[in-house]
Amino acid sequence: MNKIKNFEAFNPDNIENKIESYITHRIENNKIVGSLEEAIKKSGLKDGMTISFHHHFRNGDHIINNVLKTLDRMGYKDLYLASSSLNVCHEPLIEYIKSGVITQIDTSGLRGPLADAISHGIMENPVIFRSHGGRAAAIESGELKIDVAFLGAPSCDPLGNANGYSRDDERANDVICGSLGYAKIDAEFAKKTIILTNHIVSYPNIPFGIPESQVDYIVEVSDIGDPGGIMSGATRFTTNPKELLIALSASKVITNSGLFRDGFSIQFGSGGASLAVAQFLRQPMIDRNYRARFALGGISGSIVDLHEEGLIEKLLDVQSFDLKAANSLKNNRFHQQISSTYYASPMNLGAAVNQLDIVVLSALEVDVNFNVNVLTGADGIIRGAIGGHQDTAAGARLAIVVVPLLRGRIPCVVEKVNTVVTPGKCVDVLVTDYGIAVNPARKKIIKTMKENHIKLIDIKELQNIAITMTGKPKAIEYKEKVVGVVTYRDGSKIDEIHQVVD
Amino acid sequence: MTKLRRTMLFVPGNNTSMVVNAGIYPVDSLMFDLEDSVSLDQKDNARFVLHEALKTINYQNKELIVRINSLSNGMGQTDLDYLIPLGKVAIRLPKTDSSQDIIDCESYIEKIEKRCGMKVGTTKMMAAIESANGVLNAYSIAHASKRLIGIALGAEDLVTDLHTRRSPGGLELSFARSMILMAARSAGISAIDTVFSDLNDMEGFRSEVEMIKQLGFDGKSIINPRQIETIVEIFSPTEKEIIAALEIVDVMKEAAKMGKGVVSLHGKMVDKPIIERAKRVLETAKVTGQLARIEDEYYE
Repeated sequence: MNKIKNFEAFNPDNIENKIESYITHRIENNKIVGSLEEAIKKSGLKDGMTISFHHHFRNGDHIINNVLKTLDRMGYKDLYLASSSLNVCHEPLIEYIKSGVITQIDTSGLRGPLADAISHGIMENPVIFRSHGGRAAAIESGELKIDVAFLGAPSCDPLGNANGYSRDDERANDVICGSLGYAKIDAEFAKKTIILTNHIVSYPNIPFGIPESQVDYIVEVSDIGDPGGIMSGATRFTTNPKELLIALSASKVITNSGLFRDGFSIQFGSGGASLAVAQFLRQPMIDRNYRARFALGGISGSIVDLHEEGLIEKLLDVQSFDLKAANSLKNNRFHQQISSTYYASPMNLGAAVNQLDIVVLSALEVDVNFNVNVLTGADGIIRGAIGGHQDTAAGARLAIVVVPLLRGRIPCVVEKVNTVVTPGKCVDVLVTDYGIAVNPARKKIIKTMKENHIKLIDIKELQNIAITMTGKPKAIEYKEKVVGVVTYRDGSKIDEIHQVVD
Repeated sequence: MTKLRRTMLFVPGNNTSMVVNAGIYPVDSLMFDLEDSVSLDQKDNARFVLHEALKTINYQNKELIVRINSLSNGMGQTDLDYLIPLGKVAIRLPKTDSSQDIIDCESYIEKIEKRCGMKVGTTKMMAAIESANGVLNAYSIAHASKRLIGIALGAEDLVTDLHTRRSPGGLELSFARSMILMAARSAGISAIDTVFSDLNDMEGFRSEVEMIKQLGFDGKSIINPRQIETIVEIFSPTEKEIIAALEIVDVMKEAAKMGKGVVSLHGKMVDKPIIERAKRVLETAKVTGQLARIEDEYYE
């Protein structure tokens, strides 16, 4: 027998101000608060709690620094900062770490002075690194509980429908970021969500990236970020001959993989060579009359070009890389904004990465077991981000990593990577300027490549070539202290990053 | 085996990164430059970089050439002192005006070879023709030394000498190209065309490559790897050409058994020059790796 809940008796007096607000409620009944301080106070934020941010403003972000400045002024301490990523522009956080405002960081990546300071041991607690999918899962599972999300948005209506652009209010597109994909999960799961916007637009702000139902307070601020740092006009194809050579080889791997067919799906990771692969696939697609069903992930202008040419039917956009991509999201019907859960959460069987045929990924280093490092440099210092690397490598049917054999005098195919970020088990093919190596576990791929006259090289041979040119690099010296914990997308620990010796 | 010289990539000798990585590009020849792309104060650096790179780096089976400085100011001799003992590179002499230039360079090379205990004649040479005198002397230049593997047109200096400038279509170079080609064929060496410097004009580049292929050139100097693919495409025999060549060679083998010198194939006469062309196509296809694949299919 069903238990019947004891319903409270209906009382018309509980309907607030229905009659009185008839004329005025549009102005008064909204979520806009007078200042960031006020929003913070209302949110109930306390010392020791978790605050979150997104990184859609990339290196032009002013939200994180400004919010931290306010929190510092208000006397907050011991906060857990969970951002979808952090960049060079977040150098000021060093001061807030020193003063105890921030005591823990949770991010996809770190770059610049902040990364340098953390690698040198500035923090008591290690930084937790998560992939975009891993972060989504951690938030969904409750492992990462967000108390207050501070989410910057180029447009927001008075009730909280927020977006990275506006379709009908051009003013809001002065500072445009396109997709708010990584912020969606924060808004959905945070106990309180505060939108910081430079443009309050009329209700309803549709399409929205974040719906008003997930927003508690809105603060109008004059400055959310520097448009130049947020995005450039269009990511230009590289003209670097080495990167073009790698891209051409990668495109040949793709067209001879057996997965290149009408209706295939693909993702191009960031990085010159990886983005340039699109340019070399265009002609074979036209020649064979193939159309891709969708392109996924970070979307750049070059992918938009293929979409607008009719070569890629749909774009699933978790992050718009450039102005062209952001404008396409605004204007193109089949360019869809998606959340990090939709994109890559390992808790979501339907995650788009699981539908992906091919992904082309960059790397800092790859080792002879195909493990990939995208986090730490040859000096051991943190200088990158996991991004969707682990997620797409695990999900895609063919994961191709593109990397030059050498960067300057630094070998990029090594015996053992500094930091394991993506396990070799998920990497199928490595494309370098000195040859193509297939993971020996992928017998089928090796067979297909050979049948199609694609010349392969043993990855150990690549490592040897690198060593003959550079000599064996001296091992990096680390201290005992752990400054970073690298999680795999399932939440387990895949590696640790140690403090570097000065 | 036929030596293909379809693509000859210029690599500035003082650009360490380019010198180190030059081997990754699918070109037939690498031409490291010590001359015009290296400023005067960088000459020593470039010689050192090149010397070390050539010693350590495996450029696989690519032909290695170094464009040296002129011998008239002593710089060319220093270049040769650095390079010849390595025994790895051919020498491209710039601005060759007469056979005497080749003879002078050769005698300096010979001295070094003797001093180092190398077999005299090991070091191969190329000559770049970049002046009216050079063009008119192309025949004697091409025949000036057994070391010569080819002569090349250097158009920028030449058009200046001719009081003109380069144009699309290259009308101003038509005499020089023909002259150089005749001289090269007369001496049995390669004829290499000049660079095409507008990297963004891929269409203009393509039509120039098609033209020099039609003239009979063996290949072209290039300044950027982006130009490789077009040349390789135009200079590689097509599948159709390779199959036709296989047929011609087959039919002639049969004819020879019957003691015939001329036969008919698909209603067309096949005689000696046609067979020679067919053999050349097959030789090229062998080097490009096309033959193995097409032969399999052809004989199936």
